[in-house]
Amino acid sequence: MSMDAVFRALADPVRRRLLDRLHRRNGQTLGELCEGLDMTRQAVTKHLAILEAANVVVSQKRGREKLHFINPVPINDIAERWIGKFDAPRLAALSELKRKLEEGNGHD
Amino acid sequence: MTDGISRFVYVTYIRTTPEQLWAALTKPEFIEKYWLGVAFETDWKVGSPWRMFYTDGQVTDEGEVAEADPPRRLALRWRHKRRPDAAQEGEALCVMDIEPVEGAVKLTIDHSMPRPNSKLIEAVSGGWPSILSNLKSLLETGEVILTRFGSSGR
Repeated sequence: MSMDAVFRALADPVRRRLLDRLHRRNGQTLGELCEGLDMTRQAVTKHLAILEAANVVVSQKRGREKLHFINPVPINDIAERWIGKFDAPRLAALSELKRKLEEGNGHD
Repeated sequence: MTDGISRFVYVTYIRTTPEQLWAALTKPEFIEKYWLGVAFETDWKVGSPWRMFYTDGQVTDEGEVAEADPPRRLALRWRHKRRPDAAQEGEALCVMDIEPVEGAVKLTIDHSMPRPNSKLIEAVSGGWPSILSNLKSLLETGEVILTRFGSSGR
């Protein structure tokens, strides 16, 4: 489970979009994740496999279905490697300020 | 979230053995090192109560041990005590699974509450990633990254 795999998994706008969708609503099936995406199920499956291999998405079985969950642990490991010793509340305040100021601009 | 359930699943891979990971999850002297300033009290017998508290004695969470199968699975019935909105939600379930994989151990934490938009699940979702990063670091290097949440004393 390397950090390289995490960076590779995140280095794609489609995969970041899938993570955004899980961040908004955790525990979705493949079908739910495909809804409204202009992509084949196979393409989404492939992207999910890369996200799972990097451990940023985990899946749990529910009957015959698979539910997908965003797993923030590897991204947190990266954050703490370089950011952990800085003042987390101040960084959070800064990113909140940036978010508020940029609201409505849309971002990737 | 799906079917009116609030649920988060966290997975981390740690270069250790299932026995060492079990000890880290259950021994108070280990827990205090990585659990960001709280202590944990229970005898880990099925049906026994557990509680988590700050050094000043304030209880943050409590419940009962639902399952204890060393070194494979721990399940805790979980009630929050501190924030009123999360405390009135009732009982969540936290299942910890330990699985040996090639050269490492996979730890899965599955925390769920049978209601949508749970404040408790939202609150613990801010804590688990840091706790798991700390636990991984402690087992692999002998040191933790953070001793407690930010300087705001969250």
